[in-house]
Amino acid sequence: MYRILEKEYFSEKVVKFIVEAPLIAASRRPGHFVIVRTGEGGERIPLTIADADTARGTIMLVVQDVGVSTHKICALEPGESFTDLVGPLGKATDIRRYGTVVCCGGGVGVAPLLPIVKAMKQAGNRVVSILAARNSSLIILEKEVAEYSDEVIIMTDDGSAGTKGLVTAGVESVIAREKVDLVVAIGPAVMMKFVAKTTAEHDVPTMVSLNTIMVDGTGMCGACRVTVDGRTRFVCIDGPEFDAHKVDFDEMIMRLKSYN
Amino acid sequence: MTENNILSDRDSQWRRELRESVTPRERTSIPRVAMPELDADYRVTCSREVNRGLSREMAVLEATRCLDCPDPQCVTGCPVSIDIPGFIKNIERGHIHDAAAVLRLTSALPAVCGRVCPQERQCESKCIYHKMKKKPVAIGYLERFAADNERYNPAETPAVASTPKKGVKVAVVGSGPAGLSFAGDMIRRGYDVTVFEALHEIGGVLKYGIPEFRLPNEVVDVEIDALRREGVEFVRDCVIGKTLGYEQLMADGYAGLFVASGAGLPRFMGIPGENFVGVMSANEYLTRINLMGAGKTGHDTPVLTGKRVAVIGGGNTAMDSVRTARRHGADRAMIVYRRSEAEMPARVEEIQHARQEGVEFLTLTNPVEYLADDKGRVRAMKVQRMRLGAPDESGRRSPEPIPGAIDEIEVDVVIVSVGVSPNPLIPNAIPALEVSRRGTITVNDDTMQSSIPAIYAGGDIVRGGATVILAMGDGRKAAAAMARALEE
Repeated sequence: MYRILEKEYFSEKVVKFIVEAPLIAASRRPGHFVIVRTGEGGERIPLTIADADTARGTIMLVVQDVGVSTHKICALEPGESFTDLVGPLGKATDIRRYGTVVCCGGGVGVAPLLPIVKAMKQAGNRVVSILAARNSSLIILEKEVAEYSDEVIIMTDDGSAGTKGLVTAGVESVIAREKVDLVVAIGPAVMMKFVAKTTAEHDVPTMVSLNTIMVDGTGMCGACRVTVDGRTRFVCIDGPEFDAHKVDFDEMIMRLKSYN
Repeated sequence: MTENNILSDRDSQWRRELRESVTPRERTSIPRVAMPELDADYRVTCSREVNRGLSREMAVLEATRCLDCPDPQCVTGCPVSIDIPGFIKNIERGHIHDAAAVLRLTSALPAVCGRVCPQERQCESKCIYHKMKKKPVAIGYLERFAADNERYNPAETPAVASTPKKGVKVAVVGSGPAGLSFAGDMIRRGYDVTVFEALHEIGGVLKYGIPEFRLPNEVVDVEIDALRREGVEFVRDCVIGKTLGYEQLMADGYAGLFVASGAGLPRFMGIPGENFVGVMSANEYLTRINLMGAGKTGHDTPVLTGKRVAVIGGGNTAMDSVRTARRHGADRAMIVYRRSEAEMPARVEEIQHARQEGVEFLTLTNPVEYLADDKGRVRAMKVQRMRLGAPDESGRRSPEPIPGAIDEIEVDVVIVSVGVSPNPLIPNAIPALEVSRRGTITVNDDTMQSSIPAIYAGGDIVRGGATVILAMGDGRKAAAAMARALEE
């Protein structure tokens, strides 16, 4: 079970896995995540599902090597298996026909964004996708996103691909030229914070998918708690998606550094 | 008369002879046995079980204290009505395996219950010895002794006769005490049983919650292995309602479902600063250490530690947390509780053990705010000193703040242990399932059947936070009722 069938390096530190998980492939919806564990002493790590192939019984996960546990995951090779893989967890994305949806992905956040792009397009929305990263080598899944987007805007910090500038500049430019009904932003907490700030100024409804620290992922521990609209919520069961304009990002960023 | 009746019938010849072999005066003159314990200074350096268990000689002598009352009140104090004199008298006559067999008639997990049941509030509180102003028979210690003996000397244990298979499948959600006892009862009735567990370990709260020093994992694993040998199938990493839906289980041919998903959600107090780094739920703290092995070599999961640890609450989970904190390097480990010690819901033994281990008790003290450093890491807590006012509906004197009595206490870690709410996962996944306002699954008290006829439920998802023995009792009740319904 949970055998890795394919592995692809998007960049030196970002790896794509296709994993055998037929039950999860069948029941997952956009927005859902899984918890994986590598090795008997392994940590439980939440990862948002990037794609699924029901016929093949596989899911796609994209992992960035940022610490002990993600390093162990990225070292796994095809034929090897995750020790544990459980899901799909969390609430699915509220997919509807909104009109025009701007989907922003920052860095490895493009992976969890992909199923939402796909589903939003299939629900009849006009989808403008903005992919942002530090440089061109860190832009991932551009082709897959483009397949389901009416337009793809690339933003890089150094201008090595697309337009030079931050994701917020891309968001501003779209809002300036057309009516946007919903913005979806997934990426590093700081990126989501500033997208939320930008869209709040223009009163555009915005949704973010939070990737907090978790242990069990089923509501049991509360490690993932965030303040949304003044109330403490659990990302694992109340989220992972929330109204970006109500999330206390500063508290979330502080809590993400708990073990740094 | 069946063999079991002979083992537990008060009027059987052996039992009468045994009663007459020692006079009541001799029996009552024996002092209550003391549980051998690890030295407090040593035990805070490791996770070894504190209570070492009785020797055979100690157990037989303690069993001799039991007067084998004609109308044993201890049984009425037990939530599952274990035949207490029946098993104790078998210990007295040296038939330890028969004692275990009597326990097995009513309890699926005697080695667990012998360790974690609050006997002082249940069976032992009703013991006739109280009327003589003497300490009650140590029923819990004896239960543990009989169950442990069975585990240490398995060769002598008679093999369980296998029941003919019915070819009917039933599913269980959750592998804690309720789920395990249900699974055991159903497999022995001839059903095919599959237990679905969301975590990567089987055992539920017995594994992630109760620490090794109070309930070694090995004790739980023996029970799980026994169920496995009897044919129970365990599926880990499977969240019913997420990985597999209820409809899918039914389509896969499961005739019944027992939901024992536990009381998942930790409660917080809603006071300022509660989301600072270093403030966490007892569930998180204990899960990181007990389930994930935080602090042990070869385990990647971290846990925040500190020299000054405050645990908020007065229940068993609070005691488990504070004692764990002592074992993880806290010099100042504090229980912060808003009522007085007399109102603490924790077991007396846990409170005593905590005190022996150097835990400080700040009673009539309630946190009102947490303060952090510039990185958001908790550094202090503001507490309101309380006094006891008039008794409330529960009969407990309710605490009230003493105006102006606010102190600041330096802390590195705060563990919030003020209760849990039912896990909403299953109710959310099966909207037709009737739940109470508190979020617990509504069941018929006699059968544990929910508003959906094929679904039964028990343990904390029904009770909202109870004990191992009650959860286990629910599992047995549900098994009996489901089997009855399926056979009709």
